[in-house]
Amino acid sequence: MIAMIRDFDIGAKIGLAIVVFFLAAVIFGPVLSPYSEVEIVGGVWAPPSAANWLGTDYIGRDLLVRILTGGRMTVIVSLIATCGAFAIGCPLGIAAAVIGGWFDLIVTRAVDAVMAFPGLILALIVLSAIGTSIPALIAMMSVLASTIVFRLTRAVAADVAAMEYIEIARLRGESMRWFLFKEILPNVAPTLVTEFGLRFVYAAILISSLSFLGLGIQPPNADLGGMVKENALAITFGRAAPILPALALAFLAIGVNLVVDGLLRHNARRDRHK
Amino acid sequence: MSAPLLDIRGLRISTEPARNKAQLDILKGVDLTVHRGEVVGLIGESGAGKSTLGLAAMGYARRGLVLSGGEIYLEGQELRSAGDEGLRHLRGRKTSYVAQSAAAAFNPAHKLMQQVLEVTRIHHDLSNSDVRSKAIDLFDRMKLPDPEHFGDRYPHEVSGGQLQRAMTAMALIGEPDLIVFDEPTTALDVTTQIDVLAIIKAVIRDLKTAAIYITHDIAVVAQISDRIKVLRHGEEVEEQPTHDLLNNPTQSYTRELLKARSRQQHVPSKNHLEPILSVRDVTAGYGNATILHDISVNLRQGSNLAIVGESGSGKSTLARLIMGLLQPSQGSVAFKGETLSPGLAGRSADQRRNLQMVYQLPDVAMNPRQTISEIIGRAAQVFRSLSRSAARSRAAELLDLVDLSPELIDRYPGQLSGGQKQRVCIARALAADPELIICDEVTSALDPLVADGILDLLMRLQEQLGVSYIFITHDMGMVRAIADDVVVMQHGRISEQGRKEAVFSPPFADYTHLLISSTPEISEGWLERAISERKMAAGGQ
Repeated sequence: MIAMIRDFDIGAKIGLAIVVFFLAAVIFGPVLSPYSEVEIVGGVWAPPSAANWLGTDYIGRDLLVRILTGGRMTVIVSLIATCGAFAIGCPLGIAAAVIGGWFDLIVTRAVDAVMAFPGLILALIVLSAIGTSIPALIAMMSVLASTIVFRLTRAVAADVAAMEYIEIARLRGESMRWFLFKEILPNVAPTLVTEFGLRFVYAAILISSLSFLGLGIQPPNADLGGMVKENALAITFGRAAPILPALALAFLAIGVNLVVDGLLRHNARRDRHK
Repeated sequence: MSAPLLDIRGLRISTEPARNKAQLDILKGVDLTVHRGEVVGLIGESGAGKSTLGLAAMGYARRGLVLSGGEIYLEGQELRSAGDEGLRHLRGRKTSYVAQSAAAAFNPAHKLMQQVLEVTRIHHDLSNSDVRSKAIDLFDRMKLPDPEHFGDRYPHEVSGGQLQRAMTAMALIGEPDLIVFDEPTTALDVTTQIDVLAIIKAVIRDLKTAAIYITHDIAVVAQISDRIKVLRHGEEVEEQPTHDLLNNPTQSYTRELLKARSRQQHVPSKNHLEPILSVRDVTAGYGNATILHDISVNLRQGSNLAIVGESGSGKSTLARLIMGLLQPSQGSVAFKGETLSPGLAGRSADQRRNLQMVYQLPDVAMNPRQTISEIIGRAAQVFRSLSRSAARSRAAELLDLVDLSPELIDRYPGQLSGGQKQRVCIARALAADPELIICDEVTSALDPLVADGILDLLMRLQEQLGVSYIFITHDMGMVRAIADDVVVMQHGRISEQGRKEAVFSPPFADYTHLLISSTPEISEGWLERAISERKMAAGGQ
């Protein structure tokens, strides 16, 4: 792990620093802050001051502490949803590649059917039907993202499944569990790890979009997309309040992307030297 | 003699300098001269630096490599300092390159003519109709079918041997002074190789082009070159005119190379042995395509059966069928008198254990993310019901049995050499204590000396363990050396089968004779003799 980070190029190191800084800020920031995220501490859209470093929001709450707690909410929801997407998509993708035949056909067509709907619109319909609780949000985001994870896993696993060592394992009569975890997963893991980073960013953007549209995280909980919406009017007064949560989201996305790019280059270098 | 066309002096090629990595020398000061109209053969095992040297003759170093020392003169012009623009000017006109895999070197989206003429378009020195007629003339010299319209086809519409000849035409179109052939016939079947070889030889002689011919097969290079240089580990072993090198090699390594092709004949096993495996009247295929027609084969216990044929003859399909990976539409397979279930699922654990397989490419036959201990040990765990730790010590014993150091046990396949990997694959097959091992082209991806070692190992294991082998191969030399019985396959049918002595002595069946006579021999003039024999046979029919 340490050796891998040392081998990272400068872009990936910057990305890693951004991600670590962001995570540290959203984990420890709210604890260290003198205010809570629901406490009214000043005037409406007050400019930055020594007491409120980034100013206040549309009802006078501290903007910095709300960005930090909002960021935490965004990270936690996106992380769980992405894990869910991989928990569904990976095993199905590998199973489809190894079993093939009718199983592959049915699962792939079912996934195609889900993918045929535009993601955001499907999410809006489902959420207006079943309500906007956080578990419902996570479940829905997991299922949506799992289609893409399935596609990718199936494609990379199909390459591995064509190898003769898979045929040898088949001749030994190995179980599906063995194929999944011992033969295929270790070979597709590098691709999946980088994909995890990308999917995480997309999940963060999706949850923010939903919150912006009012169907994501509900007040009084803060999240980055919801904060952009709450403070949207401030833009007409020339205040930065709606820009700052958007910037925080962009900051996270860029950081993760830099790490993912670095990982890809690292893997390519390692494969060349093998 | 006049000044040489190509003069390489003390050439060093190294890996690019990189942070925290020592620079590695791929070529350690090699000289090479080629005169006009002369063919120089470069020979050596993989990693000897022969391709690197061949490309350096064009002033090129592969990505990650740098020309780090020495001089390369082409007609007196120094190439290391020529710069990209200067080199671009030379390539295609003064020098050109024929690669091993024509299928990978042609762009499948463009017609052949377009790609053959690309060089002339880049250097735009001739009118379009001129170069077209020149290309057609070259297609004609290359004995390609319907030369007038050959160029209108796409790469996938012609055969592998034709494509290889088209690539040679592409290399010749700019009338280069020097062509570098990098294993141009290695990927071809033996019966195709001999044609391509004869045509390449005739054309470069007619056009008086100088050539560097790179190969690992000393029998091939003996047919075509005036001089042979032997390389090993990036250094010259020796260089001599072909005749002298074949007859008076001065270095022991060269002698070993010459000997590898003429290994000792295996003593045939006893005559009356019970059949261990019988394939009875099998017909099989994929989907609607029937690959195997009415195949019956017997393997005697403790003996070696060789199944030979060109690619596409169905020999690997037959192996898959015996293993239970493919179900026959008719017929059956019996092992020790018991009829095996056609599918893998219906076979007992003991039946699966008794049939093991070793593949051609050990790289894809071992999971790169498992250690040697896991790779061999898993087979022992599954088939011998050993515990994890017992399987590990069994793996160490097996490594010793296949002459590998037990210290390799925690390595990954990527850290082993090609020959070591194949030994691990054999150890894995042995972990099941099988009575029959199917060896599918197990030596064809290996260097001759390494391949020889693998065959010696397999024969020794047979003496120790009494295991029977089916060898699937296209190498008649190997068949001659190790087989007891031979099955010759063509187009999914058995064209001849019997004891080796019967198959390899006159009167020959037509196809068997074609295969035997196409296998290159290490002697000057073999190519001409084989070709004229073939013409006589065709004329007599």
